[in-house]
Amino acid sequence: MLMKRTSSVTRPLTGTKTRRLAAPVASIGTIDRRTFLKGSGMAVAGLAALGTFAPTRVRKAPAQEPAPTGAIEERKTVCPYCAVGCSIIAEVQNGVWIGQEPAFASPINMGTHCAKGAAAREVALGERRLKYPMKLEDGQWRRLSWSEAVEEVGDRLLAIREREGPEAVYWLGSAKFSNEQAYLMRKFAAFWGTNNVDHQARICHSTTVAGVANTFGYGAMTNSFNDIHNSKAIFLLGGNPAEAHPISMLHLLHAKEQGAHFIVVDPRYTRTAAHATEYVRIRPSTDIAFLWGVLWHILRNGWEDQDYIASRVYGFDEIRAEVENYPPDVVENITGVAPDQVERVARIMAENRPGTLVWCMGLTQSTKGHANTRAASIFQLALGNIGVSGGGTNIFRGHDNVQGATDLGLDSSTLPAYYGLSQGAWQHWARVWDVDYEWLKSRFTSQELMETTGMPVSRWFDGVLESVENLDQPTQLRGMVFWGHAVNSQTRQADAKRALEQLDTLLIIDPHPTLAAVLGERRDGVYLLPSSYTMEIAGSVTNSQRAVQWRERVIEPIFESKSDYEITYLLARKFGFADELFNQITVENDQPLPEDLLREINRGTWTIGYTGQSPERLKRHMEHQDKFDTTTCLGMSAPVEGEYYGLPWPCWGTPELGHPGTPLLYDASKAVSEGGLPFRARWGVEYEGDNLLAEGSAPPDSEISDGYPEITLAMLSKFGWNGEFRPQEALAMMAIAAESYEPSLLELSDEEAEDRLRQLLEEQDLRLSPEQRRSTAPGADGSSLQEQAITSYQTNRPPIAENPQKEESDDSQSGDTQQQTEDGFGEMEFGGGNDSEEEAPLNENPFTEALLRINWKTDLSGGIQRVAIAHGLAPFGNGKARAVAWNFPDPVPIHREPLYTTRRDLLPEYQTYEDRRDYRLPILYRTIQQRDFSQDFPLILTSGRLVEHEGGGDSTRSNKWLAEFQPRMFAEINPSDAAAAGIEAGAELWLHTPEGSRVRVPALITNRVGRGTVFMPFHYGGWFQGEDISGRYPAGTVPYVVGEAANNATTYGYDAVTLMQEAKATLCRIEPA
Amino acid sequence: MARMKFLCDAERCIECNACSVACKNEHEVPWGMVRRRVLTVNDGEEGQERSLSIACMHCTDAPCIAVCPVECIYQNDYGIVLHDKDLCIGCGYCFYACPFGAPQFPQQSNFGSRGKMDKCTFCAGGPEEPGSEAELRKYGRNRIAEGKLPLCAEMCSTRSLLAGDGDQLSEIYRERVQRRGYGSGAWGWETAYYGPRTGS
Repeated sequence: MLMKRTSSVTRPLTGTKTRRLAAPVASIGTIDRRTFLKGSGMAVAGLAALGTFAPTRVRKAPAQEPAPTGAIEERKTVCPYCAVGCSIIAEVQNGVWIGQEPAFASPINMGTHCAKGAAAREVALGERRLKYPMKLEDGQWRRLSWSEAVEEVGDRLLAIREREGPEAVYWLGSAKFSNEQAYLMRKFAAFWGTNNVDHQARICHSTTVAGVANTFGYGAMTNSFNDIHNSKAIFLLGGNPAEAHPISMLHLLHAKEQGAHFIVVDPRYTRTAAHATEYVRIRPSTDIAFLWGVLWHILRNGWEDQDYIASRVYGFDEIRAEVENYPPDVVENITGVAPDQVERVARIMAENRPGTLVWCMGLTQSTKGHANTRAASIFQLALGNIGVSGGGTNIFRGHDNVQGATDLGLDSSTLPAYYGLSQGAWQHWARVWDVDYEWLKSRFTSQELMETTGMPVSRWFDGVLESVENLDQPTQLRGMVFWGHAVNSQTRQADAKRALEQLDTLLIIDPHPTLAAVLGERRDGVYLLPSSYTMEIAGSVTNSQRAVQWRERVIEPIFESKSDYEITYLLARKFGFADELFNQITVENDQPLPEDLLREINRGTWTIGYTGQSPERLKRHMEHQDKFDTTTCLGMSAPVEGEYYGLPWPCWGTPELGHPGTPLLYDASKAVSEGGLPFRARWGVEYEGDNLLAEGSAPPDSEISDGYPEITLAMLSKFGWNGEFRPQEALAMMAIAAESYEPSLLELSDEEAEDRLRQLLEEQDLRLSPEQRRSTAPGADGSSLQEQAITSYQTNRPPIAENPQKEESDDSQSGDTQQQTEDGFGEMEFGGGNDSEEEAPLNENPFTEALLRINWKTDLSGGIQRVAIAHGLAPFGNGKARAVAWNFPDPVPIHREPLYTTRRDLLPEYQTYEDRRDYRLPILYRTIQQRDFSQDFPLILTSGRLVEHEGGGDSTRSNKWLAEFQPRMFAEINPSDAAAAGIEAGAELWLHTPEGSRVRVPALITNRVGRGTVFMPFHYGGWFQGEDISGRYPAGTVPYVVGEAANNATTYGYDAVTLMQEAKATLCRIEPA
Repeated sequence: MARMKFLCDAERCIECNACSVACKNEHEVPWGMVRRRVLTVNDGEEGQERSLSIACMHCTDAPCIAVCPVECIYQNDYGIVLHDKDLCIGCGYCFYACPFGAPQFPQQSNFGSRGKMDKCTFCAGGPEEPGSEAELRKYGRNRIAEGKLPLCAEMCSTRSLLAGDGDQLSEIYRERVQRRGYGSGAWGWETAYYGPRTGS
């Protein structure tokens, strides 16, 4: 063996502490890291390669010649891809991002990354990014200046608004936004005058939000990735975290190595299934039958948690009755799973508690997704697994900020924080925004449209293509804005293509041109504005476990791209409402300050407790990441001691209250002030005579040791706790009731507030009836606190979700906002309220009535939450989880066949829903299912993820480090199906689907899919039904990798509650190409 | 003195490709050249699929060193196998000798040079001055000189891929297998470092 020159390369190694796998070791007097970058051009190879524009136009990226002495700074951001929320440490020198280091201190990823996180820096090279504003003119892409672009496209959109009304423009936002931008864009759409605004949650987890919120109270992952360490069984249903959430596997495998069972249920033997202790191959879209089949064994053997069910679950007997219909033979017939395996899963889950249930899009993307998620939630209730460490429904969200964007209402069915669209909700937000409600209303075509759910992103193209008589709005869509959203993530691409061609104006705001720019065969009317990646802006982001993390800006937006904040400002200025939109936000050089936006969010989002996460607190957590325990996420030393990492919502009250965040939802073993919670009393106190409040269960320190309704001012007054309000709090509530609230009231000193309060009371006092005075006086009539709570709740009942949104409903304040859709089906029914209850008219005096109805959601001072928590009460009440959701199409989930099914023998017994209308559109169910396609299309087509790519792939396929490792679209086919169709490995095939679409893809023949099932990944684009359309991209922006989009082939099908698209179960036929 | 090794725990590898991509990022390895890759065996076969991350293992008795006709491959005091691109003639013998398929070449041709061989350096650069521009251009970054370990292992999503002192790695792996009670092996370890005894 030849050894040479070793001495010249040997350097003192401090890295012998390899045990910790290299906690970053200080370089001891070796070299100043990477000063050699000077002039090397290596880190900036991408920039040098541009050449299509004059170098003078490159903004803030003078990377070719870094100054020789530039110090290397470390900046911390959060990965822009999935919702695990991994920290990224970027090394920046002279404004150039030159390297990534592991973020060992992050309690979430502990230094690790998947391929996407490890490739994050590539976006700062950005060779294939959109470099400047462009428009399509006479079939040619032409470069524009920013001011030209904003003027031109702004004029076109204003002309549409003028001509056809605000509803004619669709504002499609993004789960890639920061919380601040998601909130800002929802507000922007409101100021434009439409609810036609949405984002990716619609097509990823909308059914989770709807199903889970209607069971437990909130529609979010209950526990945390870290908490899975405590699980004794992991039940993974329709998820492939090894590819979709790789860093979650760090935690899942940790649990597995500590002895947890790991059950993976999936039609494919996924890369996650390769690590399972029990793999269950299931027929696509039969999850409810499978879950009920497992529960059948649990109930038959008495393995359910009876005490838990009795004290914390409503309606479980109806579940028992339904589950009786799913004995082993029936379950085998529907799902294809052998009876002994179903029983084994039941035994594992029963004998290994706490167990967690994890699901992803295998469960959600279905015509019955809302029912799937409910069945899964009920399953966990049966085992007593909700609200316990190691248990939970751990729903892994998809995009980095899809949780935050959902929470902040970037959604056609609600305003921020699930307040809904009722008049009360609008009035709440008008107060927070400090704008006149009447002015807001004037922005809309009508109050009715203002309070009606807009169209969902899953069907925006139907809003373009459907004749106006079929739409529940006065106009078709004529303008479409894609702001950080891939078009090829929606099913039915053939229809999307036609719609793109029919639009008057198409505006794409994105770091990449995206497939939307080229899918339609247009010659003009397309505008592209380059926006920035989240590494190029600051802001907060909420990961799947509801933890909010603050991102530092790593670099300035490269090329001519601008931050989303700035673009919003420029458009708002063009549209004439920038002053109103930013009236509480510092704007410097056209740049709105994200910290100010977050403070505004803090002041309005009481329903879900986004109120305590001030920018200062979040930044402190990022700075002191190393002080958090990696299993509990609890801060172990100052200055974050006692707080949970990222202040997972609900983080109640104002930032000053110092609530630690809620690491596990509905964990009644901790006091509310320490992050504990009961189930939410969301649906009133009783339903058809049955008690909806918890029985004999309450968090410690609760002064009511039993269930109680959500907290109102009337209730606190009845308890005699109304003397505990601070002057500012009392003043704010009074002012809200007197309709004279303004945000500055919260800034007053104690004396000023007391003066104003006296003044206001004098004005109002005459209007207080004697009876009313009594009811606001401290009550001591001998009844228990619980009785008083229920009485005051019922007499001063705040409305419960009489608003039309589908996902989760929180109403605002006034009780008269009850609303019906035209057909009377759907809207309220999915809101969750027992709205049939008659309002008791108790106060003739509108001021006192308004005052007493102020509750934990509408009190803008946070006083009600503060006082409630001081007495150990949860602001949202202490209710039971609902096993029966009486407002849903199936109050108890039942199996229903997908619209396109090969199992005609299961019809009509398990047929789908009746056709219906919702979201301003007709929705077909039985009309489609009635027709038998199974002869011509005998195979099931399903779709899913690959680790190197995400979503429509516009970003990841343009990232050369990722594209290289997953360069080719494919379809997975079982060997027997391939043999039957005469298709050889690697050969091109045509895949046809029932609505007349076809795609040309290479065959990957594998046992990964079962016989009769074909799988395609959904990240590709740039081919349309056999034709390469990548030549239509602007020069230099075509992604490194193009291919046929799976959604070029997918078919019709929408969830009956949220209009989630069906992406997991349709039919197909394959032929050699 | 520490003896640097790689260890890949096939029970943990999820084929996420973080290691491959981290390597691309750290060293700006051009398209078509892959210093580290993830291989999956029995792809899609129930109960048999395993993935593992593969690069130059920096073998104890490295066959590439033995076969190199121009003696451009050498091993430093940490056992890291490095090479001198100035001497390399691109013959490809090392590629044929390597049990892991580690050596990469920028050109493909049946005759004549394939260009300078390129492979994993354990993030230790090459014979140029550590931290120099020449080293960066030819071999990539030198993390070892900075007291850091290879980025692929530092970023591995599930701590499947470990890098560092061989004794410590084998101890970590031994403890891991003992605790969880299963382990299909640190694949490649024996081939690279000899024998079942997992020390140096």
